[in-house]
Amino acid sequence: MRVSNEEIIEAFWETISMVSISLLFAVIIGLPLGILLVVTRKGHLFENRFIFSILSTVVNIFRSIPFIILMVAIVPLTRLLVGSSIGTAAAVVPLVFYSGPYIARLIENSLLEVDSGVIEAAEAMGATPFQIIFRFLIPEALSSLILEITIATIGLIGASAMAGAVGGGGLGDLAITYGYQRFDTQVMVITVVILILMVQGMQTFGNILAKKIRRN
Amino acid sequence: MITFEGLEKEYRTKDKTFKALNGINLTIEKGEIFGVIGFSGAGKSTLIRCVNFLEKPTGGRVLVDGQDLLTLTPANIRKVKRNIGMVFQHFNLLQSKTVFANIAMPLVLEGAPKKQIKQRVEELLKFVGLSDKAGAYPEQLSGGQKQRVGIARALATQPSILLCDEATSALDPQTTGSILKLLKKINAEYKITILMITHEMSVIRDVCDKVAVIEGGEIIESGTVFDIFSNPQTKTAQNFVHSVLNDSIPESVRNLVQEHNPNGKLFKINFVGASSGQPLLSKIAKKFDVDINVLFGNITELQGVPFGHLIVELRGQENEIKRAYLHIQQENVSIREVIADAS
Ligand SMILES: Nc1ncnc2c1ncn2[C@@H]1O[C@H](COP(=O)(O)OP(=O)(O)OP(=O)(O)O)[C@@H](O)[C@H]1O
Ligand SMILES: [Mg+2]
Repeated sequence: MRVSNEEIIEAFWETISMVSISLLFAVIIGLPLGILLVVTRKGHLFENRFIFSILSTVVNIFRSIPFIILMVAIVPLTRLLVGSSIGTAAAVVPLVFYSGPYIARLIENSLLEVDSGVIEAAEAMGATPFQIIFRFLIPEALSSLILEITIATIGLIGASAMAGAVGGGGLGDLAITYGYQRFDTQVMVITVVILILMVQGMQTFGNILAKKIRRN
Repeated sequence: MITFEGLEKEYRTKDKTFKALNGINLTIEKGEIFGVIGFSGAGKSTLIRCVNFLEKPTGGRVLVDGQDLLTLTPANIRKVKRNIGMVFQHFNLLQSKTVFANIAMPLVLEGAPKKQIKQRVEELLKFVGLSDKAGAYPEQLSGGQKQRVGIARALATQPSILLCDEATSALDPQTTGSILKLLKKINAEYKITILMITHEMSVIRDVCDKVAVIEGGEIIESGTVFDIFSNPQTKTAQNFVHSVLNDSIPESVRNLVQEHNPNGKLFKINFVGASSGQPLLSKIAKKFDVDINVLFGNITELQGVPFGHLIVELRGQENEIKRAYLHIQQENVSIREVIADAS
């Protein structure tokens, strides 16, 4: 093996930081977007066909671009934001654009699953629209939101490996440069195993958290 | 007090409009339990939801304590809503919150102090008999217990009006009984006006003071429960009364009578209150030269007063039958001749 343990550990942490920073921004963008996609629907709190159609279309556009193309397509924007188009920081930009709209859709789905009777009860109590969102909709959807975000995180782990391949660093980078280009099967196997463990760990963590939070 | 004045509600779908309520006029007095009964799709839910503005009327007015919600600002509408509690068929509790937190919710929304919330919720838990379930989650409760939580939540802000949309329709008969008892207790102790929607006449019989029958978005009959039970005017009202008070003569009895005495006269006698205790029939048999054949009888209780009827056959001279008939009428008992298929 032509890679030291230190290099593997470093790549591992690069992946972790890439994923968690992207996740943070993706949730910051996706959560309000998902809420808006629900409350601007027909018959909902802030029914607004115009805003709903625009948001929905934008989300769909981003969702339909394959990550590898998105990454290249937004290079100018990435340069503008982080001053470079290679490296871990640069990989975060396309990851956020890839994952944010995805998370918005997932959050929209969870919120739509909340029993409309609960919202009706809230309205009957004289709750304000904001109280309805933050005291009824989100608490009722929270455990399914956690599961959805877990799925999004796993998607991000996969996408971050791809970003690694074009110079973003991390486990994907390691696997491609050593495992693929230099035929080091051992490195390949190790990175794959680490990725599998990360995904498994993430899913288990998500499941436990969702179960705990179902009653809060 | 709730007043409906020519209330209309139209639903617009893509290609047509549908009038769910078509000129409702009704007054629900302070402190009474008012029932609205109707078949599925009659417009019951739409009607009750217009009271607390879950639906906006498209014509006419709803006045809650003299206030027309259409003229109020959203903030004031929310204030009025806190004076109107609502109980739902499917409870509509927050699954993610404990019983305590569910009941506390209306108070949390208005920013009440924690101490006051705790005190009020504990009082309500005691009132609905769920003090031991404060920390339970809705999914750990039975249907009846869930509805008790729903009722406690509706009472949290000490409203003067309680709306119940099919509050017992998801419950078994025994649980229904206990929930209805609770509603009566609420009405008696807190003097809360209750408007309840149901498709079960037994619910009306057991708790309501007044009833309105709704069909096709219109009130086709209304009055005291007593009036509707003793003298339903419309076919629909009659059917509802029949559903809890079967007064048609069983076929076998009818056949027997017709075989033996094709000229026998059948009468339906309504008993109300004290008169039902009177030995009316034996008096008639002694006083007049008629034979009395009791074919069918039914007695129930309306608001604590016995209420019922008998289907009897009077045999004898035409003249005597007539005299007996007039005598019964003079005793202030409602009697009328019925044809053999009788209702
Ligand atoms: N949002 C809506 N859009 C269109 N039509 C509606 C809507 N809500 C109700 N309706 C129609 O209005 C009529 C009355 O409905 P409503 O829910 O008031 O009936 P209901 O008497 O409560 O019936 P049920 O006993 O089944 O609950 C029905 O024909 C229904 O299809
Ligand atoms: Mg209904």
